[in-house]
Amino acid sequence: MTATDATATGGGAPTTPLLAVHEAAGAQLIDFAGWQMPVRYGSDLAEHEAVRERAGLFDLSHMAELRVSGAGAAEFLDFALAGRLSAIELWQAKYSLLLAEHGGIIDDLIVYRTGETDYLVVANASNRHAALDALTARIAGFDAQIVDETEQTGLVAVQGPAALAIVSAIGLESEPLEPLRYYRALPGIFEGEDVLIARTGYTGEDGFELYIAAHAAEDLWRALVLAGEAHGLTLCGLAARDTLRLEAGMPLYGNELSLDVLPAQVGLGRVVALKTKGDFVGRAAIEAGPADEAPVLIGLTADGRRAPRAGYPVLDGDRVVGAVTSGALAPTLGHPIAMAMVEPGSATSESLTVDVRGTQLPARLTQLPFYKREA
Amino acid sequence: MSETKYTKDHEWIRTEGDVATVGITDYAQAQLGDVVYVELPGVGRTFAAGESLGEIESTKSVGELIAPAAGSVVEVNDEVAGDPSLVNSGAEGDGWLVKLRFSEQPELLDEAAYRELTA
Repeated sequence: MTATDATATGGGAPTTPLLAVHEAAGAQLIDFAGWQMPVRYGSDLAEHEAVRERAGLFDLSHMAELRVSGAGAAEFLDFALAGRLSAIELWQAKYSLLLAEHGGIIDDLIVYRTGETDYLVVANASNRHAALDALTARIAGFDAQIVDETEQTGLVAVQGPAALAIVSAIGLESEPLEPLRYYRALPGIFEGEDVLIARTGYTGEDGFELYIAAHAAEDLWRALVLAGEAHGLTLCGLAARDTLRLEAGMPLYGNELSLDVLPAQVGLGRVVALKTKGDFVGRAAIEAGPADEAPVLIGLTADGRRAPRAGYPVLDGDRVVGAVTSGALAPTLGHPIAMAMVEPGSATSESLTVDVRGTQLPARLTQLPFYKREA
Repeated sequence: MSETKYTKDHEWIRTEGDVATVGITDYAQAQLGDVVYVELPGVGRTFAAGESLGEIESTKSVGELIAPAAGSVVEVNDEVAGDPSLVNSGAEGDGWLVKLRFSEQPELLDEAAYRELTA
């Protein structure tokens, strides 16, 4: 029933607790949703490769942590989100969507069950306020509270094949990490501070995301850097994070996902628990489904070195049928890849091209993800 | 070789006789990030001031090589076309892009003025 901004620090842009560390490391910073975050420390190709081959360390403290608790928390989340969160076990994570009444996507998020009546909802930095506002508007009548803990929380991710070895070497007090499955979490303690140790990520590699009190984030970061020396751990910025998630076929809010897009259009119909729960916000619109002509998400690959980029027109023959939502010269694959939204009639076309600044680049339909790590 | 001059489009220019060697500045390559593709014009092509002579693509964005004045293309750096990372490692040296012959005088900045622009 209440929304509390636990920050109460007044105006001013929020700041990652690791800003000074990034500056000392020579990071190039960009404004991301009001946060100064590293876009790269050196070469974003080298950072990308480090995650695929060894390990990369990311600061994700700009992500929004919204704590939902109370006897009615599970019931509330079942109503407010697209998934059936009441069904997840303690320390389990679940990818979910926050839908508008008309079925469009307000945000995509990860929900961790951190107690019998306690959940951590992690939203995109750019949607922090939209997500908090929507959840707050839906909480009336439920025995639950929501608290925005974003600015009290540090979040760092270690991603890559060496992630397990590195995170295991920093003296975390917890159950063993090795058996921890993907999309599961564990409570731990690092130098006296609570840590949520989650086997989650946004890179297509094995890895961990570690949530800790903001004031302890720097010590955790330094411990990971030290433990990572033997494993080739590389500091990574948001540029590498974007090419990693694109190769892994993961959608990005603002590119593939938006208020104008229903989950079924982007292959996320399975995230919506239509059959296993009762009423939830957006249900009627999801049941009605997207309009017949609503664009759908496809994956494209091309030859050469020229990247299709967000916004470039996609043509079927000589007719524009959609647009690229994300694209890059895939660093690991070595050829151009893109996700695009196109008219359903062209979603199986073999004559698609991307207009790369006036040049028609032939593009082949490709199943997502573009890259899948070897098991 | 003459003193290095700059344009407000973040290019550097060194003139020897009537031929100007042109590349993007170290500041520009740092802003672009890793360069993964460079497209250069054909030798002999004539161009007007402000015309795009080529593209420098990084993982995250695209930069254009803008002609600072009218002229023609004398030579292009084939090594950079083969190894675009030269633009990162030696933007103002081995990573030069084109040699041009201008038919009019380009408007150029000296180093101090360029530094001020990028400060």
